Order: sequence, then structure tokens, then C-alpha cells
Amino acid sequence: MKDAFGLPQSLLVLGGTSEIALATARRLIARRTRTVWLAGRPSHALESAAAELGALGADVRTVAFDALDPDSHEAVLGKVFAEGDIDVVLLAFGILGDQARDEREPSAAVRVAQTNYTGAVSAGLVSARALQAQGHGSLVVLSSVAGERARRSNFIYGSSKAGLDAFAQGLGDALHGTGVHVMVVRPGFVRTRMTAGLDEAPLATTPDAVAAAVELGLRRRSETVWVPGVLRVVMSALRHVPRGLFRRLPV
Amino acid sequence: MSAETVSVTGWGRTAPSTARLIRPRTYEEAVAAVRDCGVRGGIPRGLGRAYGDAAQNAGGAVFDMTGLDRIHAIDADGGTVLCGAGVSLHTLMRVLLPLGWFVPVTPGTRYVTVGGAIGADIHGKNHHVSGSFARHVLSFELLTADGTIRTVGEGSPLFEATAGGMGLTGMILTATVRLQPVETSLMAVDTERAADLDDLMARLTATDHRYRYSVAWIDLLARGAATGRAVLTRGDHAPLDALPARTRGNPLAFRPARLPAAPAVLPEGLLTRRTVGLFNEVWYRRAPRARIGELQRLSAFFHPLDGVPHWNRVYGRAGFVQYQFVVGHGQEDALRRIVGRISAHRCPSFLAVLKRFGEADPGWLSFPRPGWTLALDIPAGLPGLDVLLDELDGEVAAAGGRVYLAKDSRLRPDLLTAMYPRLDDFRALRAELDPRGVFVSDLSRRLNL
Repeated sequence: MKDAFGLPQSLLVLGGTSEIALATARRLIARRTRTVWLAGRPSHALESAAAELGALGADVRTVAFDALDPDSHEAVLGKVFAEGDIDVVLLAFGILGDQARDEREPSAAVRVAQTNYTGAVSAGLVSARALQAQGHGSLVVLSSVAGERARRSNFIYGSSKAGLDAFAQGLGDALHGTGVHVMVVRPGFVRTRMTAGLDEAPLATTPDAVAAAVELGLRRRSETVWVPGVLRVVMSALRHVPRGLFRRLPV
Repeated sequence: MSAETVSVTGWGRTAPSTARLIRPRTYEEAVAAVRDCGVRGGIPRGLGRAYGDAAQNAGGAVFDMTGLDRIHAIDADGGTVLCGAGVSLHTLMRVLLPLGWFVPVTPGTRYVTVGGAIGADIHGKNHHVSGSFARHVLSFELLTADGTIRTVGEGSPLFEATAGGMGLTGMILTATVRLQPVETSLMAVDTERAADLDDLMARLTATDHRYRYSVAWIDLLARGAATGRAVLTRGDHAPLDALPARTRGNPLAFRPARLPAAPAVLPEGLLTRRTVGLFNEVWYRRAPRARIGELQRLSAFFHPLDGVPHWNRVYGRAGFVQYQFVVGHGQEDALRRIVGRISAHRCPSFLAVLKRFGEADPGWLSFPRPGWTLALDIPAGLPGLDVLLDELDGEVAAAGGRVYLAKDSRLRPDLLTAMYPRLDDFRALRAELDPRGVFVSDLSRRLNL
């Protein structure tokens, strides 16, 4: 159960090798979290992430989960929820893709869309139903500022996050009053493996900063969290910049 | 029997969860409700005054016990009452005071049910004399997980597990309670100020035995030499001859004052260090340095906050946490350290009370034990509060003390066994009595009770 400060005792990470998710897990383990499920494709990285979190004092288990195989989500996540209540589900999987290649190879672009959007729709709905049955819990969805307005430089990734973001907002409204809380997290440029080698965007942030914002959002039962917070204002302005001008912005 | 799906919180309005609210009005409906409550079980709930998640059950059933609200029998000579678990102490006072009887123990609100009073084994300002509520319960009827209704008498293991058992042993249906005789509905109250915490403890230690009721309001925002300054209010039921002649004609009238309710939506941030600091300063200064024998209404002495319905709303959307612990006699240093830390953290708490407990009560999970208990309300949104309270828990546990489950919404579960040595007995009894875990709450899930 979450306590009066919204701090969870159990956490399910979808995308168990995500740096943001692991930074969040570390923070939550330092407070109240004792049970962690890391769901992801079986890999050495997943196991070593589990070992690292286990060393912090949590009971960590891994479970094979593939965002690209939505037909399996019901069974895989059903097993996790059958083991006990999950206080927070952190939907953290996603791929950036390679914009130039994805434009040349539509099948690669579809893979980005399927992972980030349809995979998340499936996993999000399955998780939401399980949370609703237990009458409490938070679904934290890692979206991105890239979904707020599509940019020339990464619109394939951005459009998948736009879809995910709209889905998560709607899901949050659908679950309002059911005891289940949906929180959409929109980080800006986060320095991780996923973005290594890319030119850093202004207001770049770190996985730890995103994790801190997630924890604060859980305490406040926020519906939307921007990281850093000033992006709320920046993106609100950028959203209304005329197309002709937006195209020429160096972002 | 009505059932609707609702979001439920405790009085502190933190950590909401959703449950089916079922309101049985008869024994048959109660049995059916427990039988049909489903895989996520159920928990009885009274008037929702527990601060934390004791009367919540996410995804399952919450049994609203206020439908069992009949007073079945009053022995006006012997001073006992047999009533439904959903009868409130307010109702008991309204009915019993004109007959010259008062409830044996009342907490800071009279809007608690008899069932809840047993489940949390509540205490009041007379704990140093009278002990907890369950000490005055002769017997109760308990509907257990197997669907049977048992009559449970004082002294039996099931009685002691249920007293303070937070509703987890079953559903109390009725109880027989021993009452306190009174001549009037007024209180004769002595008030005095204490300059700091040591002065306060000295006064309570020296003279508490002279009073049936005793409590101290403590200013936790005062710092330096004034740390722990307090206003003591102690007294007893006023005898008839203490009343002025004009009110002697109707000495047992029960007329609690009632102000308008706090509005549903209040601006955030009403309770800041500044506003609460100002309140505390005024509260301390307006209290007389020493006043003897002032006549006060029962409601003003025992339940000042009941005058403002929904007063918990002043804490805004984030709600609030009540922290109450006890440390034993001889652990005054721990109490000083804790008060010092709360004061240093500048917790904006205007409802802090210190009391000296009497003998421990027989309930396995009953909270009181001889020593010092401090209770304070703190806005849940206060930065760093969770870490501060964890540190205070450590102090409390190291001093052999405990925190009160009826107030708790955030304790770290692994401290519980140290605080409640009979927890294993409680768990064993539950495992035997309720192997499928029919009676379960958010509190029991969170703390693994």
C-alpha cells in the first residue's frame, strides 16, 4: 500500500532496463519500496539491474516482457499482479529510433511506433484493469516533450509519444474516481544511453532529476509532471509558435 | 442492503482507495455482507475518525457500521448500556447524561462509534485513572470470518485481540459498556501554564493523581528556553453543589455548541508556520497562568473541535498526518529529543497534546502503556516530513515506545514487532480464526498485521 505521502511499497517497472526507471526505483527503495518487479526482454542488463536494486535492500524479481508482443501482456502482467498488490506501475519502455534511417525504412519506423505507442496502449490497459481491481495504485507513464509538438528532427519518435501521451491522459480521466491514479511524465532531453551521441537540447536533465520529479508527483498525486518544471511554460509557448517559424527554430 | 463503490480515506484525507461501501442494518445483513465480501475481504468502519488507513480496504468491502445504531438496553441503576456497534459516543451522551451517566472514556471527539472505540481501544484524558475504553467493556458480540456470532467476555484471548485489533478479528455487532456516574453535565476545570517541557512534565507528575481528567496542549513551534511550553487543563465532573443556583434545576443538560462546517473547498496553505505560530502564541498568552474550578461544558472540555464539523478540511487537498507515540517513564530524554526535533523542524502543528498515561491495557495491540504520549497534527505536504517522522520512529522504538495504529498512515512496517511485542500472538490468532483473510484493511496490508 502507498502511505500518506504516496510512497509505494511495491513497484512494477515495464521496461526494466530504463535508466530513468532504475533511478526512480533507487529513490523509492530508499524510502518504502521493498518489492520490485523488473519487466523487460531477458538480458544481462535486466539481470544486473535487478542485482543492483537487490543490493539496496529490495526483493527484486525479473519477468520476461516484450512490448512488441501485446498478445502476451495479459498473461505476463496477470502473473505479476497475482503475486500481490502493485502500488505503482512505471511504464518506462520506449525506443528513440534513428530518425534518418526510420524515414528511409518504414518498417523500422513502425517498430518505434509499435513499441512506444501500441505496446504501451496494451500494457497500459492491462495494468489499469489490474490496478482498478485492487482499488488503488498509480500508473506512471513516461511520455516526452517530443510528443507535445512534433519536430522535424525526431517526429517519428515524437508522434509515437504524442499518441502515448494522449492515451495516458484519456486513461487518467477514465480512471478518475476509481482509486487509480495516472500520472503523465514529460521529461525534456534526458542524458541517458538512449540519447548518447545526440546534440543536447536546451534544459537537458538527468535520470535522477526525473526520478525526483516522479517521487514528488506521487506525493502530490499530480496528473502531469514536466522535468524540468520550467518546460511546462516553455512548451506552452512553443506550442503556439506558427509553423513557418517553428520549422526554422534550432530545436 | 445498499452497496456503492466509493473512494475512502481516513480523517487525515491522505492515501484514498476505492471500496464497496456496504451498510448492514441487521445481524442477517451483517452475516451476508461478511459472507459475500469477495476475495479482497472487508473491514468494519465507524464514523471515519481514524486518521490513517485503518478503515479502508482497497478493492474490497468496507462495512459501514453506522446502520447498527440501536441502544438495546440501559441499566440505569447499575450503570451499563448494551448497544449496537454503530452507536456513537455522541448518541450515548445525549441519551445517558439525563440519566446521570457518562461514557467511561472519550477521545477528543464524540463522533466515534462504540465498535471503533473497542477496535482502536481508544483512550482519553482519564487514562491515568481509568485506562482505555476496552477496560470498561464487559462483553461484545463478534461476527467472525466463519460467519458465526460469538459472545466474547473480558479476559478471553479473543477479547484481548479484538481490543485494539483494528477490526481485523471480526465485526463487533453489540457491546455492553460500564458507565461513569455524574451529577452534572459540567466540568470543573483547573488551568495552568507550564513554561517549558520540563516544567510541564514536573507538574503532570506531581499533581495528575488529583484529577480524573488531565491533558496538556503543547506549543511545538516554541523554541529555545520556551521549547515545550504548554497549557494544562485538568478537572473532573462538577458535583451538583458546585453549580450556581440558577442552573441546578437542570444539571444534566447536554447542549454541545456547533458552529458552521468548514467549507468543502478552502484555499491551500492556510496552516503555515507563520499562521500556526501566531495561533499558538495567542493560545498560550490567553490561557490564565492559573485558574481553579472553572465550570465548562462537557463538549468544550472534551471535544472542542467537534464544534466545527469537517475541521479536517483546513489542511487542504494534501491532507494531514497525525503522529502519536508513547514512551515509557524513564524515557524523558527521548521525549525531550523528539520535542526538540519537531520544534527544530518547525512543524506547523497547532493541535499537539501531551498526556501522562496510566497502567497498560490488556489488548494485545492496545496502544497505551505507562509513560508519556504526544500527539500532533502536521500538514502532509510539509517538505521532509516523511523522513523526519521516520527518524522519530527510530527514537520511539529505541526508547521502547510505540506509535498508535489508529492514527498511523506511514509507519515503516519492520518497526512494528519491536513496538508491539504481542503482534505474533495477534497474527497467530488471526491465522487460526480467519485463515482466508476475510478481515483485511489498507492498514493491515501496509503493515502486514
